[in-house]
Amino acid sequence: MKSTPFTDLHIALGAKMHEFAGYNMPIEYSGILDEHMVVRSKVGVFDVSHMGEFWVKGKNALPFLQKLTTNDVASLPIGKAQYTCFPNGKGGIVDDLLVYHYHPEKYLLVVNAANIDKDWNWCVINNSEGAELENSSDRMAQLAVQGPKAVEVLQQLTEVDLSAIPYYGFQVGTFANVPEVILSNTGYTGAGGFELYFYPEDGMKIWNAIFEKGKPAGIQPIGLGARDTLRLEMGFALYGNDIDDTTSPIEAGLGWITKFAPDKSFIDRDLLERQKKEGVSRRLIGFQFLEKGIPRHGYEITDEFGGSIGKVTSGTISPILKVGIGMGYVATSFATVGSEIYISIRGKLIPAKVVKPPFCKGVTA
Amino acid sequence: MNIPENLYYTPEHEWLRVEGETAFVGITDFAQSELGEIVFVDITAVGETLKAGATFGSIEAVKTVSDLFMPASGNVIEMNAKLNDHPELVNDDPYGEGWIIKTTLTDSSEIAKLLTAEKYKALVG
Repeated sequence: MKSTPFTDLHIALGAKMHEFAGYNMPIEYSGILDEHMVVRSKVGVFDVSHMGEFWVKGKNALPFLQKLTTNDVASLPIGKAQYTCFPNGKGGIVDDLLVYHYHPEKYLLVVNAANIDKDWNWCVINNSEGAELENSSDRMAQLAVQGPKAVEVLQQLTEVDLSAIPYYGFQVGTFANVPEVILSNTGYTGAGGFELYFYPEDGMKIWNAIFEKGKPAGIQPIGLGARDTLRLEMGFALYGNDIDDTTSPIEAGLGWITKFAPDKSFIDRDLLERQKKEGVSRRLIGFQFLEKGIPRHGYEITDEFGGSIGKVTSGTISPILKVGIGMGYVATSFATVGSEIYISIRGKLIPAKVVKPPFCKGVTA
Repeated sequence: MNIPENLYYTPEHEWLRVEGETAFVGITDFAQSELGEIVFVDITAVGETLKAGATFGSIEAVKTVSDLFMPASGNVIEMNAKLNDHPELVNDDPYGEGWIIKTTLTDSSEIAKLLTAEKYKALVG
């Protein structure tokens, strides 16, 4: 199993550890519900050093990325990031990722840990443009500092004016006396805050500085368990659950990152454009339980008579709403907001209504 | 890990406490710790007579769900109503306030087949 710069620290802090994407990662510390509420109301720190980072450079970087990703990289200014995905040539998704426009002719891709090798191979075999590719996954570590108090904690450690960095904007600067830290106004929680990228050897210095300054704000370390409940309350897709090689971006509700710009030709463009125009037979929806219960990945979604109309891809109890929430693919005729659907739990049909995520507000006062 | 001496245990991490004709059933400290925060307990078998090993309900934690099994054959006469509003009692006091069902045992000879505290301790390390 691989380690991050923080693995020994998680163990010393008493986290429940588990293998995730080949890394020994913290699942929970004080408990998923408690950690969830800390991020919604205060500030929490996630070790996400397992994520993958690729650099794409040179004059061919832009045409390469335009071909491989669905979003419009030509419209991405320097200092901004965009959410996008790699279509797989068969109407499915290789991975979802962030593209950072770092310098002219220099981009950073941040991909899911479980897909690092698959994505890297995909980039290499499709690089007929001759972009310069560099897999820096093992040379970059990452912490996500999330929550309504994240900025006031982080601001004490840098001269960079964090309040001037817009959502999905980033700057490179000195942080906790460590040079060249990427300070990115992004996250996977809906609670606000920043994601920081740095060299692994600087990890402990950065962690210690954040926890020292964050103490008065009630800062806590957060595990992957709460990361999942937090992203699910926002309706953010998780690769491997809600999207994968068999789901199209249009079915997944990712039409907003699929840009059919006139001068952008990309993998699966014709197919996806046709899906957008003609419609798809199933769609990823959000749903909320009307009775007690917790939906889980793999449960059957049915009509009122128990006939299968799809499957749950992600589910949990919402710590904020205290009801079962989830996502799943259903036949398009059931995908309208307000539709009544049922989830089969051990033979019992639990009624639910289709809702449009986010399920709740990302920040609670 | 808290494993009281006066209880009987199953390899599925239930405990059984015999009080005359009736017995209380819950899950062990080890089980609640593995499950994490419990958010509700779903008991489907009140009023039913079940064989040892049969499912009498399920317990839902944030991250996972687990079936609950009868440690010994019996009639499920009551569930702990407090758990409806306070499922966290199973985490906070698994052998006390967090008991799950009350049963009348139909075959007390089955108790001898359950694990003693010592054997259960060996099982969970």
